[in-house]
Formats: sequence, structure tokens, C-alpha cells
Amino acid sequence: MKVNGEHLELVSPMTIEVLILKKGYRQDRVAVELNGRIVPRSEYGVVLLSNSDSVEIVGFVGGG
Amino acid sequence: MSDELDIGGKKFNSRFILGSGKFSLEMTKAVMENGGVEIATLAVRRANAGGEENILDYIPKGLTLLPNTSGARNAEEAVRIAMLARELGCGDMVKIEIIKDSRYLLPDNCETIKATKILADEGFIVMPYMMPDLSAARSMANAGASAIMPLGAPIGSNKGLLTRDFIKIMIDEIDLPVIVDAGIGRPSQACEAMEMGCAAVMANTAIATAGNIPMMAKAFKLAIEAGRMAFISKPGRILRNRGEASSPLTGFLEDSK
Repeated sequence: MKVNGEHLELVSPMTIEVLILKKGYRQDRVAVELNGRIVPRSEYGVVLLSNSDSVEIVGFVGGG
Repeated sequence: MSDELDIGGKKFNSRFILGSGKFSLEMTKAVMENGGVEIATLAVRRANAGGEENILDYIPKGLTLLPNTSGARNAEEAVRIAMLARELGCGDMVKIEIIKDSRYLLPDNCETIKATKILADEGFIVMPYMMPDLSAARSMANAGASAIMPLGAPIGSNKGLLTRDFIKIMIDEIDLPVIVDAGIGRPSQACEAMEMGCAAVMANTAIATAGNIPMMAKAFKLAIEAGRMAFISKPGRILRNRGEASSPLTGFLEDSK
């Protein structure tokens, strides 16, 4: 699996919610794209990730 | 007198839009408070793992967030970033910023028109950053933009209103708020833009590169307010090639000869 461009080997399927927790993101401060499609926050607990997936986790930063 | 800025039906009392880049998180709050800012732009980037501090924790409550699509090189990428920004849960306003050129950071009007159409149709309040070109501005208005944001000079340059005459054309011909974005480096330039009839001014680098950042935020606030007042007051006429006494021409302390 790819998370923000970095390779991450999954030993077993994992939900987006667990990935966010493990990586130390704040769920209320990120948005998630799975294989190019936005996943609504309400689905983080049910969507399972596998090694073929590409995940982008984004947030706001200062910018003009 | 009520003089609200109306962007896509949202009303604001402040006409100073702040770009939130280049500040420390602690400074962000002081700048917003000193500047009386009600709208601040943000960028969307890959999140840093490990629960780092988030800019949203430093933005005063009640402030309207205006995500930008910086990093986008075409309409498709801008739309993707705008969708992610909306998913982040801070409303439906978006500043479209599409830049292919990495030296001058000038916007691509063609791609911006495309993105404006798509995002306006998706229900966004769209504010395109643009080169002040009349036909492009008309296309953006027709595509559903809620304001246009022509540049004064290249982003981050602090060079001021280099596009002055073209911005005036935007003001005269486009029936949308015209917000000068980019290049404004001094409060006097912000004031001039407002005097000309701009609806608001956006600034970031001018404040972030100042010696006293919070005080410069205040200076911009006052300059923008002064320029707005001057615009509403309708500046006086200019005499081409003579003077006109301001004091009475009678009652001098000598007898007339």
C-alpha cells in the first residue's frame, strides 16, 4: 500500500480509521483520498485497505 | 452606515483577506486579530504524521476559511484539491489558483476558467486568482465565479499595483467583487487599490516579511479601511494644468489698488 507516496506493507487488512490512529493523524483535521476518490469521514471505520491501495491523507496548512 | 462585502451571498465587514502562509502558528492569530481579518486563505497539503500542531487550532473562531488550490497545474488538479478542502469541513468557498510557471508564478487563465465552471456547478463559492484580462474575467463571471482576484504583481514580490490600469478595467466592466490578490507590498498600495474601487485586498507576504508583523497587519487594516472610505466618498477632481486657491481670494490685509 502507498500512503502519501510512501510504501507501507500491510500484514492484514486495516480500516482507514486504524491507519489514521496508527500514523498519529487527527481524524477531525484530515481528509482521505483512496485510489483517487474521497472517502467521507463517516466511512473511515468501515473501509478496508489492502496492499494494492494508494491513500492520500491531507490537511490544511498556512498558505496564501 | 452598513458597508458589507458580499461574496456569493456571504457578508463580511472586513475587506482585508489574509494569506496565512509564511507565519509561525503563534503569529497567525496575532496577525488575524490585529488585521481585523474575517477571511483567511489556507493551502491543502499532505498531512504530517505524528499529530503535529494544526493551523486550525490557531485561527480565531468565527473566521471564514478560504482554501486555495495552490499546487494545481491544471483544472483537474484544482478541482481535486477543492474537493479535498471541502471534505476537510471548512465550508464551500475556494480560491482557484492554477500555476504552471514556476518562475513568475503567474496564473493560467484558461485552466482557471475551466475549473471555475466545474466548481461553481458543484456548488462552491468560487474566487479565481487570475491575470487581469477582460475576456478571461468575463468568462469566469459567466462560468459562475463569485468574485475575481486579479494580481497586482507576481506572488510574494511586494512590488505593488503594477497592473493598476487593468485592474481598473476589471472594476469598471465586471459586475463582481474585484479583489486584488498578490503583489501588494505596502499599505499605501492596498489603500490605492481600495480607492480605485476594489472590493477587498488580499495580502500575505507584505505582512509576513515586515519587521514588526502584527503592527504591519494593523497598518494594512487601516489602509484598506481608509481606501474604502475614500472610494465611497468619491475622490475630488484633478486640475490638469493650474492651481485653485483653497483660501478666500477676498479680505486680504491690504487695501485693493
